[in-house]
Amino acid sequence: MQILDGNRAAAQGAKLARVQVIAAYPITPQTPVTESLSEFVEGGELSAEYIAVEGEHSALAVCASASMVGARTFTGTSSHGLAYMHEMLHWTAGARLPVVLACVNRAIGAPWSILNDQQDSISQRDTGWIQTYARNNQEILDSIIQAYRIAETVYVPVMVCYDGYILSHTEMPVDVPSQEAVDRFLPAYRPHTILDPATPKNYNLVTLANPRLNTDGILCHGYMELRYLLQEALQNSRETITKVGQEFGKQFGRDYSNMLWEDKLDDADIVIVAMGSLAMEAIVAADMLREEGHKVGVLGLRVFRPFPKSGVVEALQNARLVLVFDKNISYGLEGATCSEIKSALYGQRVNPVVRNFIVGLGGRDVKAGELAAAVNRSLPLLKEGALNAEYPEWVCHI
Amino acid sequence: MRTRDCQHICDESSPGIGEAGRTGEWRNSFPVIDQTKCIPVRQSKASCFLCWLYCPDAVISKTIPVQINLEYCKGCGICAQICPAQAITMVDEAEFCSEQDS
Amino acid sequence: MLKTSAVNLTEKEYLLPGNRTCPGCALSLAYRHILKALEGQVIVTVPASCLTVLHGMYPVTSVIVPCVNTPFASTAASATGLVAGLKVLEKKGLTVLAIAGDGGTHDIGIQALSGAAERQTDFLYICYDNEGYMNTGNQRSSSTPLGAISGTTPILGKQQNQKDITAIMEAHGIPYVATANASYPLDLYEKVRKARLVKGTRFIHVYTPCPPGWHFPFSDTVRIGELAVQTGWVILYEVENGIFRLTSASESIARRGSLKPAKEYFAGQGRFQNITEEQIDEMQDWINARWKHCLERATNS
Repeated sequence: MQILDGNRAAAQGAKLARVQVIAAYPITPQTPVTESLSEFVEGGELSAEYIAVEGEHSALAVCASASMVGARTFTGTSSHGLAYMHEMLHWTAGARLPVVLACVNRAIGAPWSILNDQQDSISQRDTGWIQTYARNNQEILDSIIQAYRIAETVYVPVMVCYDGYILSHTEMPVDVPSQEAVDRFLPAYRPHTILDPATPKNYNLVTLANPRLNTDGILCHGYMELRYLLQEALQNSRETITKVGQEFGKQFGRDYSNMLWEDKLDDADIVIVAMGSLAMEAIVAADMLREEGHKVGVLGLRVFRPFPKSGVVEALQNARLVLVFDKNISYGLEGATCSEIKSALYGQRVNPVVRNFIVGLGGRDVKAGELAAAVNRSLPLLKEGALNAEYPEWVCHI
Repeated sequence: MRTRDCQHICDESSPGIGEAGRTGEWRNSFPVIDQTKCIPVRQSKASCFLCWLYCPDAVISKTIPVQINLEYCKGCGICAQICPAQAITMVDEAEFCSEQDS
Repeated sequence: MLKTSAVNLTEKEYLLPGNRTCPGCALSLAYRHILKALEGQVIVTVPASCLTVLHGMYPVTSVIVPCVNTPFASTAASATGLVAGLKVLEKKGLTVLAIAGDGGTHDIGIQALSGAAERQTDFLYICYDNEGYMNTGNQRSSSTPLGAISGTTPILGKQQNQKDITAIMEAHGIPYVATANASYPLDLYEKVRKARLVKGTRFIHVYTPCPPGWHFPFSDTVRIGELAVQTGWVILYEVENGIFRLTSASESIARRGSLKPAKEYFAGQGRFQNITEEQIDEMQDWINARWKHCLERATNS
């Protein structure tokens, strides 16, 4: 057991996973991750190539190509850094490369902020990466180790997200597994790409809209079929994520077979939905509300991509009121997780009122009491015939 | 037509001749070598081969006599321009075809 | 060691006929010889460029070497990743070849290239320079010459002269920097062969005239390239660990000739149809100054 902040937990996870190529650019609040890793490498604790790239776009380009050669790769970033590598996020997923990226969630400017919210990774949800959100530092370390197992099985890159400062800079007890145990859990990476002059192949060339015959007369995919395969891989990854999580539980004693965190849902008719560290705060709020006599439960989205649709439907089947707290917003509409919760419920004969709250942007502190107050304000929505509001409510000082 | 038989999960291409099709169909004129002027032919030994060296498309063989793969030759005319013995002439395809017809 | 000639140069090709380049493409000519010099023992990485098109379209490629395509700005970063991956996996004997156009080198790719060079990344970077974004139909790049018409300088022509990328790379203190020209394939071949054996970042700037982009008949490609050297627009040189040396035709001209007037070079290309007398004079002065500087360097080395 060690006392580690989230960044050091992430670095430990990467180290235990025996990553071979690390390319990262410092950005607040991720910087200690890359510093820890460079310390491990220079100190001889981790046998890896550490590349001090000149920018985040290059960071992911380095990882993608190193992954194609057959090396296990790692990068980490936040906010503007993640935005800067946006093009490469699409590329890495489309090229089906099992890169693991730690995203230390931070607000994006303008206005400039170095503090936490989840807009950065949420903005990248369309790129084809598996996305997980950690609630605490133990989950950060565990998620990184599992990420390699998952990524290298389904050949989809994984983004392990955790809240900047709230987790990244807060120390918590973390059980750090032994190297031997992790070695047993993580087999060596076998790339699907071959870069060998003896059997020359050319990767990620221009691909036409329609299928085209190869030199053996086989009809090969068009762009759309290759993209279909990525979606299929993400859909099928739910099974892998569950299995890996179960195996992790058997070996390390912490089970991750559920893509969701569920707290007190059995008898709840009001459910709070949150992601990341906010899900822990929500549990405190739920306890407060229970003391006031309300039957409140918490649904945490541990895995955000692939979206755990059927799990959400099942978890919310008895809910009459769902309050989704988003530390992000898709401007012009509403919080992203709220939209996706609604999309999961639609047409499934599970029809609670869904209320969206935008909280915590730019590092605005979110206290359990505020969450509880938001729930209390929403109680009139339990009445028969209540409708979803058009736009989310913001918990701020406007 | 379905593409499942294609085992690729990403776009992985393998080498093949004529990737752009029969590029010989692009040209307006084609090179003809006068073997009486061609230096390696005249000398009966490996020499010159500048046409081979300068061909952007690698359709000229380094043999005696030198041969040009007209299936893929794009008719750029660099070989004709570079030949130190002026042994190569670019013959207009349309003229050639009408001569053949008549 | 026998000097390379067309006669003794290997017949083995790494480029297959029937690729998508234009007739008379200097890039195709240059690439043929680059790959010969490396004996195909490479992993190539390539950004958006004419070279991507030469490489083909999925699922068929026209080259017989392993290759990784990468987004436009990231060529040198991709190469860095390949080098790092090969190193950790202890795979030896392969050259990582990053090859990009002037757009992908001077402009959008310069940050990654500078970073890779500063980190002393062990790879060979070749910039093939057709002085514009030719793959997308000729838009100006920072390598486009003064006065040249392009898609984005359609009436007034480019108002600035080109960026000297070779000097920029030399300033990084890398062990090998050279210029080359598709019209002098044996000089290019020798330079690539030499660069292959050097450890650290190696940069070769290859001049590759573009018939459709520069508006000249495609049979003239080699002749235009030769004229570039004869007028001093292109100077063939190499700098090996700081030692400067003129090579090939530039070396001959320095020894026993003088440069032809620049306007002979501009005359054969439609992209210079609007160039003004003032611009020609400016270019001639620039060429003269650069040539003088090279002669001084050659004498002092």
